[in-house]
Amino acid sequence: MSVLVYVEQVDGKFKKSVFEAVSYAKAIADNQNTSLTAISIGNVAEGDLKELGKYGAAKVLNVANDQLKTFVNQAYAAVIAEAATKEGSNIVVLSNSFSGKGLSPRIAVKLKAGLVDGAVELPNFDGGFSVKKTAFSGKAFAVTSLTSANKVIALNPNAFGVKENPAEAVIENFSPEVKATDLTAIVKEIVRATNKVSLPDAELVVSAGRGLKGPENWGMIEELADLLGAATACSKPVSDADWRPHSEHVGQTGIAISPNLYIAIGISGAIQHLAGVSSSKVIVVINKDPEAPFFKVADYGIVGDAFEVVPKIIAALKAHKG
Amino acid sequence: MKILVCISNVPDTTTKITFTNDNTQFNTAGVQFIVNPYDEIALSRAIELCEGGKGTVTVINVGEAATEPTIRKALAIGADDAVRVNATPRDAYFTAFQIAEYAKANDFDAILCGRESIDYNGSQVAAMIGEFLDIPSISIIKKLDFDGTTATIEREIEGGKEVVSVTGKFVASCAEGTAEAKIPNMRGIMSARTKPLTVVEAAAVEELGKVTKFETPAPRGAVRLVPAESAEDLIGLLHSEAKVI
Repeated sequence: MSVLVYVEQVDGKFKKSVFEAVSYAKAIADNQNTSLTAISIGNVAEGDLKELGKYGAAKVLNVANDQLKTFVNQAYAAVIAEAATKEGSNIVVLSNSFSGKGLSPRIAVKLKAGLVDGAVELPNFDGGFSVKKTAFSGKAFAVTSLTSANKVIALNPNAFGVKENPAEAVIENFSPEVKATDLTAIVKEIVRATNKVSLPDAELVVSAGRGLKGPENWGMIEELADLLGAATACSKPVSDADWRPHSEHVGQTGIAISPNLYIAIGISGAIQHLAGVSSSKVIVVINKDPEAPFFKVADYGIVGDAFEVVPKIIAALKAHKG
Repeated sequence: MKILVCISNVPDTTTKITFTNDNTQFNTAGVQFIVNPYDEIALSRAIELCEGGKGTVTVINVGEAATEPTIRKALAIGADDAVRVNATPRDAYFTAFQIAEYAKANDFDAILCGRESIDYNGSQVAAMIGEFLDIPSISIIKKLDFDGTTATIEREIEGGKEVVSVTGKFVASCAEGTAEAKIPNMRGIMSARTKPLTVVEAAAVEELGKVTKFETPAPRGAVRLVPAESAEDLIGLLHSEAKVI
């Protein structure tokens, strides 16, 4: 028995959410008195693989197969499931990222494993195995009890944090056979927005709504986000009006996020929007309407015109950063 | 071409979420149920792809008879026919298994789902169907073109997008951007009453886990207001008090 964690690489590098998943998996392995193995698919440099040891991975299975350079759901799931079988791992952990959301269900079916996606806490082992996950778009949590021998957990970004737990990671090449029928979805093109912080796992998010009056006014939102190193987001009416791309829409029918800081500017706080952002650790609301429902869930609020307030905050932030 | 669209029956987005029986069951009293908003997007794209006699759209729901108004809504939006698998949808594994069983017997070119359901926020069904059928699954897509043989799909990835080409059968889960959700017109509503709705019985499948309890988030404290005139003070508070910057 051991715990296996899938470490997703982006252009050969690991992101913070990967170290978070390794930290989380290590905590489970410690609880179960077992070891932690990581599996990496794609071409990652040995130094980066070794880095996983810092968070508790004792072994890293390295799959450097050119056919798997780009993400193929079907083939990646097969490789991870095979690794779990090879390692005797009955618990598989991965990030609940865009790719993780597509992978974890396929791995669960392959291993006949119960799956908890959107996990927000470590499992509770008292008299069984249950995991708390988000439900109803952040309006509630569902505690899911898994009764299967194998289990898969997809961890929400920012839910556990990165915890160092140094081990010496042994790198082992792993070359499972990849079926041609698992490679029929082919990635033709990858387009990445450069210098943009990815929204789902951003620690800081600056978001704006209809109160900004038009897309031409987003310059100050982007400036504030840049200064903070934050991702930008928006409310549904804004993406519906094509002021901002759909990929920035946070809320019940957009992306649910839980950053350390969420700054909402000119967003009144409809129930659907609050549902997707209410698990943010600190919420700041800037709105000229003192009755805006968003103030009821905010930690800090400024009742005022965004066009006057935001430039002051930008100036203060510049001064703060020196 | 034949497209199967999976629809989930979920509480309306404005629903106040409460629980009964010592927080072990969702309280359905007074709750309006709707087609899962993401599934509506999947359905709308399927209808667009099949317009002009290019194909047919079947919707499938795993649910008891009480979900039929939701299924009729999907028919009113424009699906050609519907299937209800007569069972309580225990979890994603159960639901995906039932849909895969139906799809195996009825030979669809593509299966579309919403990116997740807004109740349990699982994004599991599409990929599980793909695995049960051993066909590709592409999750959280933003764009889909499909000629019945080859699909060109844009998938969201962290900080960008990926263009994927799939030849042959596939499953995809649709997010915003794939299509604008269609609103049923009067003709659609009238014709939905007479469109075929087949009821099939569920196949047996083992239970791997279940929700045992619900919790609601702890209430937040009162807001601390910073006067607009001294908005710059916010930065100091976020740095030294909240310690988030």
